[in-house]
Amino acid sequence: MSDLPLIQADRAVEPPAATTTTGGRGRRLRLLSRTDRVVITLMVLVPLLLVTALVWLPALATVLLSGTDWDGIGPLSDIDFVGGRNYSDVLTIYPPFMPAVRHNLLWLAVLFLLATPFGMFLAVLLDKELRGSRFYQTALYLPVVLSLALIGFVWQLIYSRDQGLLNAVLGTDTDWYGDPSVNIWAVMLASGWRHVGYIMLLYLAGLKGVDPALREAAAVDGASEVKSFFRVVFPVMRPINIIVLVVTVIESLRAFDLVWVVNKGRNGLELLSALVTQNVVGEASRIGFGSALATIMLVVSLVFITIYLATVMRGEDR
Amino acid sequence: MTATALRPPAAGEVSPSRRRLTPQRVVLHVFLAAVAIGWLFPILWAVLTSFRSYEYTATNGYVSLGGWTIDNYVTAWRQAEFGQHFLNSVYITAPAVLLTLFLASCVAFVIARFGWKLNLVLLGLFTAANLLPQQALLIPLFRLFTQVPLPAFMSDSELLYDSYWGLILINVAFQCGFCVFVLSNYMKALPRDLYEAAMVDGASVWRQYWQVTMPLCRPALAALATLEVTWIYNEFFWATVLMRTGDKFPVTSSLNNLRGEFFTDNNLVSAGSVLVAIPTLVIFFLLQRHFVRGLTLGASKG
Repeated sequence: MSDLPLIQADRAVEPPAATTTTGGRGRRLRLLSRTDRVVITLMVLVPLLLVTALVWLPALATVLLSGTDWDGIGPLSDIDFVGGRNYSDVLTIYPPFMPAVRHNLLWLAVLFLLATPFGMFLAVLLDKELRGSRFYQTALYLPVVLSLALIGFVWQLIYSRDQGLLNAVLGTDTDWYGDPSVNIWAVMLASGWRHVGYIMLLYLAGLKGVDPALREAAAVDGASEVKSFFRVVFPVMRPINIIVLVVTVIESLRAFDLVWVVNKGRNGLELLSALVTQNVVGEASRIGFGSALATIMLVVSLVFITIYLATVMRGEDR
Repeated sequence: MTATALRPPAAGEVSPSRRRLTPQRVVLHVFLAAVAIGWLFPILWAVLTSFRSYEYTATNGYVSLGGWTIDNYVTAWRQAEFGQHFLNSVYITAPAVLLTLFLASCVAFVIARFGWKLNLVLLGLFTAANLLPQQALLIPLFRLFTQVPLPAFMSDSELLYDSYWGLILINVAFQCGFCVFVLSNYMKALPRDLYEAAMVDGASVWRQYWQVTMPLCRPALAALATLEVTWIYNEFFWATVLMRTGDKFPVTSSLNNLRGEFFTDNNLVSAGSVLVAIPTLVIFFLLQRHFVRGLTLGASKG
């Protein structure tokens, strides 16, 4: 079937082997009818317009607004560019900023150093063909289907000062969600509870993809189970490792729902995402200032998104 | 739901394993069972609390047994107007999921079917959009939504802001990226001979998409539909900031209705939480296979 010349031409272009993009495109478009070309354009253009209008242009606008003093009310012609003033204001006269950065980093550290390794550890244990493995897995990733807002409420039953289980058991009188010295830890525990299941799932899939011959070879060479995991299996799972790293960073940067349902990100629960939201929907609408905070988030996330894309799209252009 | 999930381990532990039960394996099972029960505990505790009357737990403490009732559910359903909010969630989730899958599959098809260099950029644009922090886009979007008018028959707010349309669009825009990524990988794995055969038959690009590719993508579409329903149903941020009218909120962001200004009845909150969790738990237990595959489809490619 593939000896039909028309189709040969089609396939010849399929890997972008053409010398230039335009040359390749021109040749292949001629094989498509006019209707086909219109259909293809629409198929790409409609979703692209939606994503551009609602994601990429707002992202760009955020960066631009961060250099202005717009109050969000006046006409756009009133906008003055103030250079980096919003950024220096964020650093100097905005007390919640440093705690928010600290909390975001702490969030990342806890998810990355505690929850992620624990999830991986459980995945390794569950990867052995155990009886009841299905039940263990189900129990561990059950929290993944719950929304983080809902998780905030579920854990309130444990953390509440007067009605919570924790105080009843420990005989303490701590307001776990309210006390600024402990509430970030309480919230992170709830968040980690969900994260472990997600990571376990990702690694379980990753482990299933590892060639069993590798492990057998390591065992023949006399490597212990621990050693063969760290020396052989773990390095082979590099793509999964990078994805997990990026997922963890993005999750800690996006963390929002939990602190917002607890106390709208105040009083010990400051996070960058909550500060941005407070500056827009809160009583004071400080557009330029909020945009500077948002731009900081954008830049950090884009660094890791680039790493992610480089990992998952490796080999696609070959 | 949770009760059915609990049964397998009991059976697994009672009946002797086919393999020899070495002490090592016993330790492993005890450890995993402890972790699993610890993991289920917060959910089970919420279910337990939801079936007890506030008066009983207030006098006897929560570490007690008794005071069984279903009144919390009745009160929660009425006080938080769950019926209305569940409907709102359906109005938002159902169109958003269908539209996401349709638009994403269109883009994914073009990316997978044709070998243009630009496709890589396209894939990158969509995938990255899904990973941006939503809060970083809030400021311009909030302004945009309050400026775009809608006819009164579409939304009583007459704006994109505070309308279901706005929420559907933003959810679609955000979720498209993940689906494009998963679907394009899935479609690339389909044999190319299919298209050659279709072209010989004179099938247009649209027919190749709709009658050749889409039927073959059913497993991936099922997995993604399961995931997206859960995610959009669980979506909290956009509904919180882009909605104003209390009775238009979807159920996830209306949970706060259960919390009093000065006093919170935790038994009521737990009943509400269980109600909100039920749809996702049902999906999870019925379509667990799809759910897990959806999550890992996105990551296992590398």
